[in-house]
Amino acid sequence: MSANLLAVFYLISGVLFILALRGLSSPETSRQGNLFGIIGMAIAIGVTFLSVGNFSTGFLYVLGFLLIGGSVGAFIAYKIPMTAMPELVAGFHSLVGLAAVLVAISAFLNPEVFNLGSPGNIKIASLIEMSLGAAIGAITFTGSIIAFLKLRGIMSGSPITFIGQHFLNLALGIILLGLIFYLCKTQIDTWFWTIIIISFLVGVLLIIPIGGADMPVVISMLNSYSGWAAAGIGFTLENTALIITGALVGSSGAILSYIMCKGMNRSFFNVILGGFGGTDQSLSSKGKEQKPVKNGNADDAAFLMKNASSVIIVPGYGMAVAQAQHALREMVDSLKKNGVKVTYAIHPVAGRMPGHMNVLLAEANVPYDEVFELEEINNDFANCDVAYVIGANDVTNPVAKTDPQSPIYGMPILDVEKSKSVLFVKRSLSPGYAGIDNDLFYRDNTLMLFADAKKMTEDIIKNL
Amino acid sequence: MEIDPFIFRLSIFILSIFIGYYVVWSVTPSLHTPLMSVTNAISSVIIVGAVIAALAGNSENIFDTANIFGFLAIILAAVNIFGGFLVTQRMLAMYKKKKKDK
Repeated sequence: MSANLLAVFYLISGVLFILALRGLSSPETSRQGNLFGIIGMAIAIGVTFLSVGNFSTGFLYVLGFLLIGGSVGAFIAYKIPMTAMPELVAGFHSLVGLAAVLVAISAFLNPEVFNLGSPGNIKIASLIEMSLGAAIGAITFTGSIIAFLKLRGIMSGSPITFIGQHFLNLALGIILLGLIFYLCKTQIDTWFWTIIIISFLVGVLLIIPIGGADMPVVISMLNSYSGWAAAGIGFTLENTALIITGALVGSSGAILSYIMCKGMNRSFFNVILGGFGGTDQSLSSKGKEQKPVKNGNADDAAFLMKNASSVIIVPGYGMAVAQAQHALREMVDSLKKNGVKVTYAIHPVAGRMPGHMNVLLAEANVPYDEVFELEEINNDFANCDVAYVIGANDVTNPVAKTDPQSPIYGMPILDVEKSKSVLFVKRSLSPGYAGIDNDLFYRDNTLMLFADAKKMTEDIIKNL
Repeated sequence: MEIDPFIFRLSIFILSIFIGYYVVWSVTPSLHTPLMSVTNAISSVIIVGAVIAALAGNSENIFDTANIFGFLAIILAAVNIFGGFLVTQRMLAMYKKKKKDK
């Protein structure tokens, strides 16, 4: 196959990938979009086989490994519970990162195959591209592994910080740039390996100071990195499909990071530098622990909601942890039978990844046109009788509007306080991730339901 | 004076960033999780590099050092391609509209 024809096919794959993302603008077109993505991938792999044109034993091995990896992937995709999506995506990012590193290594060891020159005499531009691709890939790999471990609960979600951390990261970053410069100058492979090893280290150092609830930003950021790594390799391999994809994924992840940061009213750097809600804050809030709260049970909650004309559900990470989405939908079904209007309100940073709550609700068969984003629904709280807050906390805290001293000041919140009564399903009065007390707990119209989210919801169903 | 092919690739890259920017902003927030899994799947198109690397060189010695890295990358990327597209498919199948009778 001629190089030009090959390039045209890669371009077609690239366009199909753009259409795959475009399809996600609405759930109706999304499935078709995914199909476009699959076709694009099939074309890219197919023409690569044809272009290599080497259908020897090696080719059988390629097919074999493709099938092995494919079956593992398919198995995971069917088995994974929806609540584990964040760690799955983090895990997948790490694979893309490592694949980028491996491809960069092969290109470095065997540059003739990729038309990059000969070992020890690789084109400077290619060297820069492949070392950047390898470095970003390596950062994505170890960073995603740390994110995976934190999300999976294998590693504590609390930030790990030490003195001089940011200085160390900065120094390593400068060393990396210096090494890439020396690599281009000397072509000595030691520098190439050192770049990869330091990048592995940087990946770990970048993610350990970031706390559990900031994971939506981290996942989006790693998504972005995996894209830039792919683009770097795309330049090395002179492959249009890879360059287009890398740019798409890179900007997609960057936009998601931006949306997540805006949802918390924090700058990107503030999140990346980590260490949110230190120990001093939990100490200062100790004095307020004695305030009275109204403690309710499932019976009270059922009574309140049955007699309401409209109820808004506010789900948060606690719902995911308790796997309460199915029970929640059953509760909503019985409420609807009683003529109650029920809608769902989702905060941009609810859960551990962008869109986390929406997927869980969709899994529980909640129609997506009953689920609303913050801007769409926030005015409705004033006219609603009951807000049912299940596993969310900081995103409802009115202190974000009133107290400029608060660490979450300025964060857009769901105006749960404006509804006639608020039901808070929570296991205890403990403060949320930001380490601050929620005023709402102590209000007259708030009823605290201390229980596991799933258990409480099931009890309410019994009482309806 | 001839234009370096690198400049063409750079143009594609920059324009694709802009396309990505506008396309991703039009993605509805409720589909942000499928967006992440599908971007993850398509970025595994890096497998084309892995295939070239794996099949490089003479056919007598299939498992040359450089080839082994290629084979490893194929496995990793294949996990991602199948896993990424299928899990996206699974998620998207769950997004349903309200039934008409309600």
